[in-house]
This record gives sequence, structure tokens and C-alpha cells, in this order.
Amino acid sequence: MVTVKELSKEEYLLEGHAACAGCGPAISIRVLFKALGNKVFLVVPACCTTVIQGPYPYTSFNVPLLNILFESTAAAASGIVAALRQRNIKDITVVGWAGDGGTVDIGIQALSGAAERETDFIYICYDNEAYGNTGMQRSGATPFGAWTTTTPSGKRERKKDMPLIMAAHRIPYVATACPSYPIDFVNKLRKAKEIKGTKYIHILAPCPTGWRYDTSKTVELGRLAVQTGLWALYEIENGKFKLNAPSDRLIDKAKRKSVKEYFALQGRFRSLTEKDIERIQKWVDDDWENYRRLAACSASDATPYGKI
Amino acid sequence: MNRIPKTRKEMPITALSIPTAGSMGKTGSWRTFRPEVNYSKCTRCTLCWIYCPDVAITRQEDDSPKIDYEYCKGCGICANECPVKAITMCREEKE
Repeated sequence: MVTVKELSKEEYLLEGHAACAGCGPAISIRVLFKALGNKVFLVVPACCTTVIQGPYPYTSFNVPLLNILFESTAAAASGIVAALRQRNIKDITVVGWAGDGGTVDIGIQALSGAAERETDFIYICYDNEAYGNTGMQRSGATPFGAWTTTTPSGKRERKKDMPLIMAAHRIPYVATACPSYPIDFVNKLRKAKEIKGTKYIHILAPCPTGWRYDTSKTVELGRLAVQTGLWALYEIENGKFKLNAPSDRLIDKAKRKSVKEYFALQGRFRSLTEKDIERIQKWVDDDWENYRRLAACSASDATPYGKI
Repeated sequence: MNRIPKTRKEMPITALSIPTAGSMGKTGSWRTFRPEVNYSKCTRCTLCWIYCPDVAITRQEDDSPKIDYEYCKGCGICANECPVKAITMCREEKE
């Protein structure tokens, strides 16, 4: 068990980068470097992280990083893994770091292929629930009722459940995290680093510009998303589903906060009606019933996704 | 290697960026509110340090925070997350 004070003081994301004030993904990148150090090779498609680096010929990332096309994060990472193996370099962790558009919509075929080939790398999707760097367009990860520039009256479809899609590939490690719980994220990254095969981590990273809230509330909103049950922190290790603290206490419905608290802080949910909120609350409860079943199933011998 | 190529011959084969602090310039100028730390209240929990997205807070020897006003964008996460409210946001005045 690590604590915040045990994390390294070394910074590999340099100050003066181009992220907006109060950027959730920027916190996640810092925590990533705290967990893995500089022995990483990042593969980044078109997403906010390309912008955070700053204008050419400068970059604020003090680690090897490859900027690649939108759809080919996992394919390029597979190439890097093969090249490192050919040169017999063993201490470098290859990390695919993509936004939700580059994972859920555009990059899903390359990611699915890499997972099927059992490429040895960590894929991290930081999810700000829209295409952030082009000015907030709707993506497959945008939740029901959220405003984006292409859904001005709120999206009418539900969000894809990407972590469970990846779990269905029967990869050895799938986890969800949130920058509001940095220690949980560090533990998951260090665990993923030790496992051989494709590892997938999905982070909910609040975005003040797109979600329309005050910049100081980024961490608070991430925490609220977890406490209301809209975002569950769990890991699926070799098919065994396990809820992590603090989500493991929330199986009981009475312990979860009402989703209204989360929506009230954000401008993007302003068009939600009472009826919509009731529907979303019901979906959340259904999801948690599903999590409860998965956890109970994993506690016994039968695993929900079969033995790997 | 850490310098900008001046002639065409010095240019690398592919586009290559150089790690630089302040690649976007002094981002402290984006700020409207400035965080001020009350060190007598601070309990050295280092939460502000881990939650700072702009790498503007450094952890000193005794774990107390030191804010780098050249790069702090003034988002206010540190003030919002401080459990003892030792950080306050004050409006920047014109000099």
C-alpha cells in the first residue's frame, strides 16, 4: 500500500504545458509518471495530450513519446513493442495513451486487434466524454443527456461500456480509475506493469472546459462521479471481477449519493428533465446490480468471462 | 541535443521536439486568482501537490507546498482540495 508522500518528487511532465486550467487529464498524466517513472514509451494519437505537449519544436513531456494518427495508437504501440523486443530492451513499458474518441470510436479496431494478438503493453483511455481538443463534439463515450456542440439539446443515446468490451477480449487485466483517487490509480498501474499481455485502464478525467463547471471542482467532480455510482472503480484480473475502495462499499443503494448532485455542478447537463434523471438513476442501479452479480460470480469458482 | 537546429543539415530525419519547461511560455499570465498558502495552518498532507495539474506546486523538504507563480494557471484545485483550507484564492491586482 503506497501513500501520497511515498510517491517520487521527480516530474516528467514539465511545467508550463498547454493544458487548460484545472485539466483532469493533466493530473492523470502526472500520476502516470509518478507510478511508472521515466522508463515508459508513450504512444499518443490525436487527442488533448498532443495539445498539452505545446507547439513544435518544444514539448513538455520529458519521456520518449510518439505522436501517431488517430486510429492507430494500438497498432503503433504493437510496432514499438516488437522493435524493443528485437533490440532486446526489456525495462521499458509501452503505454498507449488515448482519449475517449481515439479509443471508443476511432481506435477501437486497432485496440481490438492488439488485444487479440496479446501485445504486451498498457493501453490507457482517459475519458473526458467528448472530443475535447476540437471543441467538444459528441463521441461514443458521451453520456446520456450531456450537451456537446453537436448535441446542443443533450445526447439521447447512452455511453458505451468500454471496459467491459475490453474484458470480453479476455485480456489479463482491465481496470477503471479516476484522478481523484491517485493512489488507486498508482496501484493499478504498478500491477498492470508486472502483468504480461494487453492491459487496459479506463480513466474518467473531468474536463472543466467541456463539462462547463468551475476549474477548481475537477477533483471534486471525479469524486462525486464515484460516490454517486455513475463511475465504478473496479478491476478484472484474469476474468475475476473485483470492486476497489471506495466503490466496494457502494453496492448497497442507500450508500450511493443521488446522481442529481453530480449533474447539478455541471453546465452540460442543464437540459436534463426530472424524468431523464429518474431514467439515469434507474440505469445506474441496474449497472450496480450487474456489478454485484459479477463480483459474487467471481468470488465463486465460475468466472464471468471464462478461465484464461 | 537539447537545442533548436539552426541549419537544414542539423535537422533530424523526422520532426523531433525538445523537452522544455514552459513550452507554452509563462503560463502564470493566464491566471485571474492567485493561491496563497498559510503555512501555519498547513498540515503537510501534500494533497495539493498530487492534484496540481500544472506542476506548479513543488514539495519542499518538510513536505510543505511551494507554489511557482510563473506557471500556476490559477485553477483553484489546491484551494478546493485542501482539507484544512490553508490555501486561499486572492484576486490578482494590476501592478
